[in-house]
Amino acid sequence: MSKYLVNLKINNIPVSVEEGTSILEAAKKLNFSIPTLCNHPDLTVAGNCRVCVVEVKGAKLLAAACATPVSEGMDVSTNSQKVRTSRKHIIELLLAEHNSDCTKCFKNGHCELQDLSSEYRVGDHVFLDLVKPKDKIQDISSPSIVKDDSKCIRCQRCVRTCTELQSVSALAVINKGDQQKISTFLSKSLHDVVCTNCGQCINRCPTGALTEHNYIEEVWNALYNPNKFVVVQTAPAVRVALAEDLGFEPGMRVTGKLVSVLKKIGFNKVLDTNFTADLTIIEEGTELLKRLKKALVDKDENVALPMMTSCSPGWIKFQEHLFPSLLNNLSTCKSPQQMFGALAKTYYADKINVKAQDMVVVSIMPCTAKKFEAGRPEMRDSGYQDVDYVLTTRELAMMVKQAGIDFHKLEDEQYDSILGESTGAAVIFGATGGVMEAALRTVYEIVTGREVPFTNLNIIPVRGMEGVKEATIKIKNVKPEWSFLEGVNLNVAVAHGLVNAKLLMEKVKSGEANYHFIEIMGCPGGCLGGGGQPIPTSPEIRKKRAEAIYAEDASMTLRKSHENPEVTEIYKEFLGEANSHKAHDLLHTHYKVRKRY
Amino acid sequence: MEKKVKKVDIIFETALDTSPLDVLDKTLQRSADDIILELIDSGLKGRGGAGFPTGLKWKFTKNEDSDTKYVICNADEGEPGTFKDREILDRVPEKVFTGMTICGYVIGAREGYIYLRGEYNFLLKTLNAKLDIFNKALKDRNIDFQIFVKSGSGAYVCGEESALFESMQGFRGEPRNKPPYPTVAGYNFKPTVINNVETLVYVAMICRIGAEKFKALGTTDSRGSKVFSVSGDTPIPGIYELELGMPLSRFVDEFGDGDAKAVQVGGASGHCVPRKLFADTIIGFEGIPTGGSMMLFNSSRSMYNVLKDYLEFFTEESCGQCTPCRVGCQQLLKGIEAVKRGERPPAYLDEMKKLTGTMRIAAKCGLGQSVGNPFNTIIDNFREEIIY
Amino acid sequence: MSKIDLLVKGLVEQHGKTRNSLMPVLQGLVQQERFLSEEAMLVVARELDLAAAEVYGTASFYTFLDTVPRGKNIVRVCKTITCHMKGKEDIVNAIENTLKIRTGETTHDKKFTLLTANCLGWCHKGPVMLVNDEIYPDLTPQKAIEIIEEYATLNGH
Repeated sequence: MSKYLVNLKINNIPVSVEEGTSILEAAKKLNFSIPTLCNHPDLTVAGNCRVCVVEVKGAKLLAAACATPVSEGMDVSTNSQKVRTSRKHIIELLLAEHNSDCTKCFKNGHCELQDLSSEYRVGDHVFLDLVKPKDKIQDISSPSIVKDDSKCIRCQRCVRTCTELQSVSALAVINKGDQQKISTFLSKSLHDVVCTNCGQCINRCPTGALTEHNYIEEVWNALYNPNKFVVVQTAPAVRVALAEDLGFEPGMRVTGKLVSVLKKIGFNKVLDTNFTADLTIIEEGTELLKRLKKALVDKDENVALPMMTSCSPGWIKFQEHLFPSLLNNLSTCKSPQQMFGALAKTYYADKINVKAQDMVVVSIMPCTAKKFEAGRPEMRDSGYQDVDYVLTTRELAMMVKQAGIDFHKLEDEQYDSILGESTGAAVIFGATGGVMEAALRTVYEIVTGREVPFTNLNIIPVRGMEGVKEATIKIKNVKPEWSFLEGVNLNVAVAHGLVNAKLLMEKVKSGEANYHFIEIMGCPGGCLGGGGQPIPTSPEIRKKRAEAIYAEDASMTLRKSHENPEVTEIYKEFLGEANSHKAHDLLHTHYKVRKRY
Repeated sequence: MEKKVKKVDIIFETALDTSPLDVLDKTLQRSADDIILELIDSGLKGRGGAGFPTGLKWKFTKNEDSDTKYVICNADEGEPGTFKDREILDRVPEKVFTGMTICGYVIGAREGYIYLRGEYNFLLKTLNAKLDIFNKALKDRNIDFQIFVKSGSGAYVCGEESALFESMQGFRGEPRNKPPYPTVAGYNFKPTVINNVETLVYVAMICRIGAEKFKALGTTDSRGSKVFSVSGDTPIPGIYELELGMPLSRFVDEFGDGDAKAVQVGGASGHCVPRKLFADTIIGFEGIPTGGSMMLFNSSRSMYNVLKDYLEFFTEESCGQCTPCRVGCQQLLKGIEAVKRGERPPAYLDEMKKLTGTMRIAAKCGLGQSVGNPFNTIIDNFREEIIY
Repeated sequence: MSKIDLLVKGLVEQHGKTRNSLMPVLQGLVQQERFLSEEAMLVVARELDLAAAEVYGTASFYTFLDTVPRGKNIVRVCKTITCHMKGKEDIVNAIENTLKIRTGETTHDKKFTLLTANCLGWCHKGPVMLVNDEIYPDLTPQKAIEIIEEYATLNGH
């Protein structure tokens, strides 16, 4: 399907691009960079900030490079006097309605508006200050997201993110003219509206208008407190992204350095969420097999199938708000973060002889919704709040800098034991399709006694960045105790990004879908594209992180969760068997019906 | 040259011998291409203010390959100083319906909509009643075209055509990026002709009286006549259909109160012409085009108040999505206030004039692009009144 | 089922369950209720399968789709230039004194809300005001008061 080629000139250099290409993309081909603010590779074109204006010869108006398609014979100038004057004006106008208290801003040094104003040297900008005092009152009601309207430049990236990628629309543009702003329903606080805490808006906010609710000081204070024993767990996706905030290119794996830096920062034990990811597979795989048995053998019509994964707290809250009738389909398994917390303050505390009340559990997550999850009232099965503080990958990078540690020069170190051992199946939890792949590696082997029939255990059909992926695995030659599964076609589906989750849920709700097991991750790309990951994000960046995740998996000796020796050990010593009474007490949870309207 | 303005009676004329439906019946005998040719020949340009040749607009839309097309009558008359569309819809709605139906026939549309501003809701009842009769007449004639009314709810920017489509589709009235233009992707992203109320009446009338008679009026650049909304310091405010191409001085002689110091031509987004330029200013596309608004100000008026009033209007009515317009309008308003209070030096007015240069070329739609018209013409001609 | 539920259901039935119906549905609600309450917007969102914030975002764009409580009669005095020149100030003052409220406020008995509006399209007959959908041109303070008083008696107690 070859497209029509269009010939044009940009800054006097000829270029041919496909019909429909924007001036912005065409200029990129010639390595001319045009500044943008409202434009984002993950979102539809808005063309509203206007900083990307360029001059097209013969046109009375400047064209927004992001929103204007090329046409034959176009003669574009990206840096003419008209362009420069206008662009500078526009930046100055944005600054006039922006609370420029940069030195105190959480995004100081990571702000696209700051970069632009520094590039254009608008220090002496002349316009009148328009920041409304009431906009300076931050909304800190959400445990995950802080909204500061005085920093907002109305680019609407957050609104498009919340609508186009997540189909949540917690944020919308309200009012018009000088009163126009980004707001929730009736300007309620974020805590009180249908917000999943996914943080995707933060990833795309060019300024400090949307940031994570940070707990950096709280964690330092815990570390400084001699009476506290502080353990830290790290999520799979952190190890393939942290480096981006510390000066490396996307796609760098820094697992060993991550462990090393956490030890240097002063955590008493550096442990791994991957351990409980493996444990999740055992619990969730068993739960799936039980549900299948109830459905196929006991012919129990009340058993909720398809079963859906429950690792992603943004997805969970989405389901609670939008599809409460499908809550029984969610696996009752807690997420790996929360399994870890519950075990840390019981089994592990006993083992290392620390009182649960003296233990502080910190998690490093690619996710802002994990902050909300940790605070859920259901998550206190140890008798205490199981996970005390959740930091995003970005917050950890800030701590690394604050600690004055040269990350580049660190030697690799190993996770502490116990609760530090993991397999390749756990690390792929960080990519969309990973939980499915990990579960299939284990479930198939439990049922048949053989490895999944995919080369090198790589279940390619569930990998990749397609919004909804489907696969069918035929189960053959099963062990005698699983005879009811003989010849069954196991239908699975994987979705990432809540807009895709919604599509899938509508199919499930209408009965159109015929799946047994569904994996959903709230964020585009899965956890590697989580709302707590380094900024910027784009399809290319997420692709590189995914490659790193699968490389990490391939590099490991153990690649199946049921082969994790620490997992075997904890069942023998503490939990008994999968889905045991004790496992249910500590590792499983329930969900809450929430209102959409 | 005549001394007086030439008053014309085309729009509101109600000939007893030819009803709008007669015009329709006669016109639909002709081929679509023939009608387009006559419209192009007539030189009719859009009467909403922008002045795009009507025949060309129809031709582009006709040439689009699509099963669904729409005709939209833009009755979101919100420009301060303009009230002619209300009068037309009140007095001769059938002529508007006829123009729309002819358009539907020419471009191949089956549905037409009148987007009526919410401020004119009181017209709805009679308009809908008359539409019922007209729609039935169309059905009786086996003409596959029906007209409906959609209401606005108080937003000036919805007069901008793509904002109007957004509003009709249930969204905030925010103008779209262009291209694509309405002829390609308009209402429901289908090819759409959107014409001003008055334009559609002229279409019907050209189809009745012929392009020649229409062309005989006006000038080369501004063919025909146009309906003017006259207000402000005039003893005879109201609606007048006048030949295009007259010098403003002649207009002021006819309508002024003897003490006119300025005329705002084209509404709040138009140009302010001071007395010294009356004689040299032509009302038409070769001079100052207008959607019909003519506001007269006599020497008792403060042009600072006039400008402030306009800027307040734009500050509130900007859709708010693009930076130059949203922030620019606020800067201009606060800026003249600051100069007035002495908080900024008079030279700051020149900084703001530069800003309107950016707004003119970088704003997303006509609203932001045209705020500089009143700003610059008032600042340039009445600088003292702004400062002191 | 609440009154609002029924009203919205009726409007959605009349106009269709699509996004294109959002404006007519909101307009129908305002016609009956004078403003869009939280409940009303939530019901509309549910019936049209939209997020509540989207309904609010759309409604708040339009001056006539009020999202704060309004009185039974909404008085909108045109404030744009010609009406300004012809004495809208005096009209507003007269109504404020009669109703004992300031512009933007609603009377205690919830009968009247007084607002100003941008150009209503009657520049040749200013000052002018809308009461609900009815237009009153060529106003004098005295005339404005009489009109308000008429509405006060019309609506009973």
